[in-house]
Amino acid sequence: MADASDGSLLEVRELTKRFPGVLALRGVSLRILPGEVLAVIGENGAGKSTLMKILAGVQKADSGEILLNGKAAEIASVRDAIGLGIVLIHQELNLSDNLDIGANIFLGREPSRFGWMDKRRIHEASRPVLDRIGLRHSPGTLVSQLSIGQQQMVEIAKALSSDARILIMDEPTSSLSHHEAAQLFAVVRQLRSNGVSIVYISHRLGEVKELADRVVVLRDGANAGELGREEISHDQMVKLMVGRDVSQFYQHVPRPKGEVALEVRDLRTSANPSHSINLHVCGGEIVGLAGLVGAGRTELLRSVFAIDPFLEGEIRVAGKRIDVSHPRDAIHAGIGLVPEDRKEQGLVLEMAVRENLSLPSLRRDQKNGFLNRAEENRVTTQMIRDLNIKTPGPEQVVQYLSGGNQQKVVLGKWLAMNPKVLLLDEPTRGIDVGAKREIYRLMEQLAETGVAVLFVSSEMEEILGMSDRALVMHEGRITGELSRGELSEEAVMHLATGRIHKNQEACA
Amino acid sequence: MKKILGIGGLLVFVCTLTAILNPDFVSAYNLQNTIRWTALFGIISVGVSFVIITGGIDLSIGSVVGLVGSMLAWLLTQKGWSIPSALGAILFVSLLIGICHGLLITKLKLQPFVVTLCGLLLYRGAARYITDDQSLGFGNSYEELRKLAVGKIQIPFLFPESFSLPIPFVILLVLGITAAVFLNRTIYGRYLFALGRNETAARYSGINTDFMKILAYVICSLSAGIGGVLFALDVNSIQPSGLGEFYELYAIAAAVLGGCSLRGGEGTITGVIIGAAVLRVLYNAINILRIPTHLEFAIIGAVILAGVVTDELVKRFAVKRRAARQRALERSGAGDHFV
Repeated sequence: MADASDGSLLEVRELTKRFPGVLALRGVSLRILPGEVLAVIGENGAGKSTLMKILAGVQKADSGEILLNGKAAEIASVRDAIGLGIVLIHQELNLSDNLDIGANIFLGREPSRFGWMDKRRIHEASRPVLDRIGLRHSPGTLVSQLSIGQQQMVEIAKALSSDARILIMDEPTSSLSHHEAAQLFAVVRQLRSNGVSIVYISHRLGEVKELADRVVVLRDGANAGELGREEISHDQMVKLMVGRDVSQFYQHVPRPKGEVALEVRDLRTSANPSHSINLHVCGGEIVGLAGLVGAGRTELLRSVFAIDPFLEGEIRVAGKRIDVSHPRDAIHAGIGLVPEDRKEQGLVLEMAVRENLSLPSLRRDQKNGFLNRAEENRVTTQMIRDLNIKTPGPEQVVQYLSGGNQQKVVLGKWLAMNPKVLLLDEPTRGIDVGAKREIYRLMEQLAETGVAVLFVSSEMEEILGMSDRALVMHEGRITGELSRGELSEEAVMHLATGRIHKNQEACA
Repeated sequence: MKKILGIGGLLVFVCTLTAILNPDFVSAYNLQNTIRWTALFGIISVGVSFVIITGGIDLSIGSVVGLVGSMLAWLLTQKGWSIPSALGAILFVSLLIGICHGLLITKLKLQPFVVTLCGLLLYRGAARYITDDQSLGFGNSYEELRKLAVGKIQIPFLFPESFSLPIPFVILLVLGITAAVFLNRTIYGRYLFALGRNETAARYSGINTDFMKILAYVICSLSAGIGGVLFALDVNSIQPSGLGEFYELYAIAAAVLGGCSLRGGEGTITGVIIGAAVLRVLYNAINILRIPTHLEFAIIGAVILAGVVTDELVKRFAVKRRAARQRALERSGAGDHFV
């Protein structure tokens, strides 16, 4: 069935894809063999997701070829892709949780009799696929009653029931427990032995090492290298992903530590009411907050910034207890937050760079309620220059800037406020390498001027490279602290998976 | 700015066409009437545009007009209240209505459509109940007060002697300028636009979004209250069941025609006032050109639709051009950005 020349089931040649402001793919090539687990790895923004969306017909490439069994294939829509046996399982699951398992599996291709849906046939046809992946639930169970892991199994069952030959899984374990992840691996292995090819996208190199037959590494939208089964090692993968010495990217310079700038005492968030959190960040210090997705890091920042109310505890800025019931209070006390979701929470996308940059400082600079245009223009010009924001001018609508420049606008909003404490939630998610380095430089410059920086990151390199000190969270509590000298991937992972460490080091 | 030119052009076009087809259109009498009605509708349209800018909607405007108008006649003629206390009571009721809408929408997180739809029914019912559904009028009394709605002032040098400016138009100018200054020159105006586009981002920037939204509903209801007083004084014979019926739709239509987006975050006061004028001129044209009045709604609907469609097409074109410009910039921009 495969082309005799190289045995590929699917071959991708020189795919290119441009988005406004960013070249996502620059001539990427890829081969998928029948019955293998191919891991595609790379940093955020490397082009993995774009490549997979093109294969699954969600997006169209600007140029390049896709060959299936050696013959050119046209994938113009998701329907085309499914027809060719290619199914993408998104990171965010796409199930209708108000319908039952069977209805989800057959969504869009329900067997019917004279236009009436044949529920019994749906349930009968669902059973064998569910058995195949070991999900022991009746097809009549509502999806909303399943755990995330089980819902993912339903997604896989849905793919199998449409005779998928290539299953693309985008970060499938990102919201799974360890137990659920192990079950998923078992299903993946079993599918492989049945001849299904699996393209596995993950940030978690441990998983990749465990599962993959072959690894393809992307970097900045291009192929960075490939590793065969025997060559797969953690170091090799990181080297290809980063493409340079990590130490050069993060030039850690020791800074003098100031007084305690932010202190959180016995904070219980409504998201994790059973644990209370204590932490402090000194002026001039960059503290990384590590942990797995769902460990409660974002919730912690949101509580400190008064977006979500907290149940109990106190927050002190520069030794003074502050009462926060609205982000305004936190801002007034000298706290800034670069939120997790830049487009939803950080920016008013349809407004100009100027209007976004000045939004938090309007109140401070007002003249009896009137806008202070002169001050607004001054701040805007200064921020565009200081942060090197690439924009045709202050009046450009933010939505047309690239991700990195958008993030600089969000940072600029807070720099204009001269904060004492800056909280950053995944500050470099989805931005290109160049802008990433600029954001790191800015964080360091801020720390040099005495600002306390607390940042959440799910990228290990970032935590290891940027932190003067790292705090690690697991299931809603801080499991430990690692000083600069103690920082290592193993140490972070130990704490992130729940082992408890020691107390926090004091400020100056 | 382009939007104002577009709607302004439409106004000029409709006026010119009507004037050519029937020169009576530019007679002082007809113009004064059209301007007076434009002003009355303009006032409630300016009010609703605040709510629309926050991304909300107010369907209760017509019923507030009805309630306030009925209350005015009832308090003055039936209850014998003095003019200041009647007007005071009316403003208080309008204010209260706005605060209730705002609180229900922000604190209870109810949908603006639902809250104000209930308002629409509630205030209409209240108007009919307190007046016993009897029509009321001021007759020949309250001449001075009625001048607010039907009075005119001569403006020497600017206009010929045969034409005088209706007082409601002066009121609209004062309210309109205040509203425009508030929206464009104060930080609160900026807050309204920002939260209309993205409420979450506005809140993360420290804006008290709930307060700003409540304020928008208060401004809307107060404008409806002021409008209601003037409408009542203008018609003189007030039907509690009919005064202001469908006016919310005219106000919303004027706002949309004038460049407000129901998605929020967009709109100019000038545009909205011109939008209200377009609707009144169309109505007037239908009358004086002897077009069957049954066609009124159909014609107004078609014009609004055409305006909104054109606007959307122009916007798409602008978006494409802007994105292309940004691409060109990033391609030429040297430095660390790979593009």
